[in-house]
Amino acid sequence: MKQTQSCTDSLQQARLARYSPGSIKASARYLWPLAALMLLLAVNLVLDASFFQLSFQDGRLYGSLIDILNRSAPVALLAIGMSLVIATGGIDLSVGAVMAIAGAVCANLLLQTALPLALVIAAGLATGIAAGLINGTLVSYLKIQPIVATLLLMVAGRGVAQLINQGQIVTFQRPDFAWLGTGSWLGLPLPIWLVIGMFALSQLLLRRTALGLFIEAVGCNATASRYLGINDKAIKLFVYAFAGFCAALAGMISAADIQGSDANNAGLWLELDAILAVVIGGAALSGGRFSLLLSVIGVLIIQSLSTTIIVSGLPAKFNLLIKALVVLLVLLLQSDKFRRQLSSWLPKLRKWRKGGQI
Amino acid sequence: MTTPSLVLELKQVCKHFPGVKALQDVDLRLFAGEVHALLGENGAGKSTLVKVMTGALAKSSGEIYFNSQNCSFASPAAAQQAGISTVYQEVNLLPNLSVAQNLFLGHEPRRFGLIQHQKMQQQAQQLLLRFKLNIDVSAPLAQYSVAVQQLIAIARGVAMSAKVLVLDEPTASLDSSEVQMLFDVMRQLRDQGVAIVFITHFLDQVYQISDRITVLRNGSKVGEYLAADLPRARLIEAMLGKELQQLTHQAATTTPAAAELLLVLNNIAVKGSISGISLTVAQGQAVGLAGLLGSGRTEVCRAVYGVDALSQGEIQFGGRTLRLQQPADAIKAGIALCPEERKTEGIIGPLSIRENIMLALQARRGWWRYLPVKQQQQLAAFYIDKLHIATPDAEKPIEQLSGGNQQKVILARWLAINPQLLILDEPTRGIDIGAHAEILLLIKSLCQQGMSLLVTSSELEELVAFAGKVVVLRDRQKVTELSGDTMTAPHIMQAIAEG
Repeated sequence: MKQTQSCTDSLQQARLARYSPGSIKASARYLWPLAALMLLLAVNLVLDASFFQLSFQDGRLYGSLIDILNRSAPVALLAIGMSLVIATGGIDLSVGAVMAIAGAVCANLLLQTALPLALVIAAGLATGIAAGLINGTLVSYLKIQPIVATLLLMVAGRGVAQLINQGQIVTFQRPDFAWLGTGSWLGLPLPIWLVIGMFALSQLLLRRTALGLFIEAVGCNATASRYLGINDKAIKLFVYAFAGFCAALAGMISAADIQGSDANNAGLWLELDAILAVVIGGAALSGGRFSLLLSVIGVLIIQSLSTTIIVSGLPAKFNLLIKALVVLLVLLLQSDKFRRQLSSWLPKLRKWRKGGQI
Repeated sequence: MTTPSLVLELKQVCKHFPGVKALQDVDLRLFAGEVHALLGENGAGKSTLVKVMTGALAKSSGEIYFNSQNCSFASPAAAQQAGISTVYQEVNLLPNLSVAQNLFLGHEPRRFGLIQHQKMQQQAQQLLLRFKLNIDVSAPLAQYSVAVQQLIAIARGVAMSAKVLVLDEPTASLDSSEVQMLFDVMRQLRDQGVAIVFITHFLDQVYQISDRITVLRNGSKVGEYLAADLPRARLIEAMLGKELQQLTHQAATTTPAAAELLLVLNNIAVKGSISGISLTVAQGQAVGLAGLLGSGRTEVCRAVYGVDALSQGEIQFGGRTLRLQQPADAIKAGIALCPEERKTEGIIGPLSIRENIMLALQARRGWWRYLPVKQQQQLAAFYIDKLHIATPDAEKPIEQLSGGNQQKVILARWLAINPQLLILDEPTRGIDIGAHAEILLLIKSLCQQGMSLLVTSSELEELVAFAGKVVVLRDRQKVTELSGDTMTAPHIMQAIAEG
């Protein structure tokens, strides 16, 4: 009997050995995006020695770093929403247009009514949620492919914004609303605080409840999630509504920044930057695990890069090409396969160089 | 009789993964014109061996001789070029392309660089006729049953003039007549001199078709036997190392005395699927659903679980009439399902074992009341220990476990919410004998604890072993209900065949 027991034990051990962990630690996911960001900042420092300098004037910090953070605020908000949509295996092309709609709604309310600030903001956010609900309904209940469903609103949404503005650029004089885009608090510009606040709230909402896990489960396998009792349609509806909310917030920041609503240009192409940021953060477009922090790091990489290109003094016509090349490099660095290939090349390269010297 | 020639020989092959010895000095001899069964528990090293043999994995040490030449294949494509074809359990063809396109993918007949569709279809037709398969080769593959797709996959392997054909669990999703069809083809190929490696969990089939058997256990070769010389008991002994043998032979089951009815299906129908199905499950009773593939077994399970909407009839559960719109409704009522398609409907692959276990419980608690991580870990540790789930830790993605262990995780998921009725759709499909026995034993103990079960299985002996009664389905309709003395495998078989 005892022998049988030990036999069972050794078999168990053999099994355990066979299934020993070979997976990468979660922290490794953060390594490459962070390294890329550091590298970019270092390049900036080489190009411009005063890059890391901060100065304090009129109760506010100034400097290149603050500029980068401030300018990336709208895309960072979009990327937070986009992370969730992509985690469910979807995509939202309409967030740029939703920014324009929310901006137009707020601008017109500010110009034509005397509503208090809180109500104007609430109306803007509600517009974003409504737009997101339309996307979510099309995707989850009518089963239209996300790229098509949100393409509809991407095109139509800008038209709606133009209708609201009646084809004009609507400007307003409301310092309290403009404060959202241009004001500062505790030394930092307000858009940065809005991103920090939104990030913290989302993180609480997603990781202190089961919502984040449900989103990941639906993204990994929607059928199995439904079979174990998760309402996968409601989850999908939620992520699009959430993305709409984030887009509306971003839209209000950009409207407040210019104290007006330009339906043609507000948020134009920003959805693509947001998607790119999420991808740079290492998320798979097929859905699954997400990390809001990595997506925000992705945004910072994109924004630092734009700054680098300007600081480097290259003619503006090179901007887009260089941006694409650097993004490609960041994506390649994240690929295990590419890194392995690279490390197999290095010794050969060294050998070749030595040979050349002789 | 000429002595058969050695086609492929593996000598002292080892495969080491970091920290793990998956294969340890394994020998394998493969002769032309034989069916060679490769057997062993899940994780014994069968698939690793096949992968090393076919170039999908590089061996750590040892030698491979193909036609007496020392060689090792750099990739599956290289092995295929040399004449070693592999057909996997999950058919990996392209369902939306036509049968002919699938057969000739990558080596289509061409003229001036353009594909000759006419010629391709003719050749495809001829090729399939060799397998007694007369089908429309221009129709998309997805139109045909899994069995036909499997045959097409094999035909594709043969089309590339295979000398060695590796069949990895080809019969897992076939019913008995389809298995015979496959065996006919295998015999035909064997007579043409092809060496066939046959991997399966069905021992009956091993004895039906194999000439020679190699058994692996824990990455080592236990022995090579002639099938005719190896009694079944010895084979099981070789595979399991005696350890779990006693489990397989525990049969007797207690049927509870006239208990209250838990589930009543009253003449239910699903549009375009099952019709007129009535059955009852009593409290603490295990009811078996028998029938061929496509007889409506899975469809009944899906209807009871709220996946497919009823077009007629009603489902009563615990005295109440259920209106099910989605699985969540069924779960709320106390019904759980282990689906047949474990990979697509059961596991959530990239998520950890811990998360896979706690998700159903969490879904019932709602998204707001998040189960604290510490409790999740305790829950996972409890079930990993209780169900002997073989894993070093609970954070491993479930997709990295073997089929048997994945199934245990899904069972753990449901045990965590303690349902009144557990529906098991082919719970032992594609699971090694070791885990097989454990899962059967587990099902039995659940039944003894008063959980009601609705179980489908293609293995009638298995159903008879623990079911209190068996409902037989044919052509998506109920044929009969067997219990007591009439509930024997031959009787069920007869009912399936003729009603």
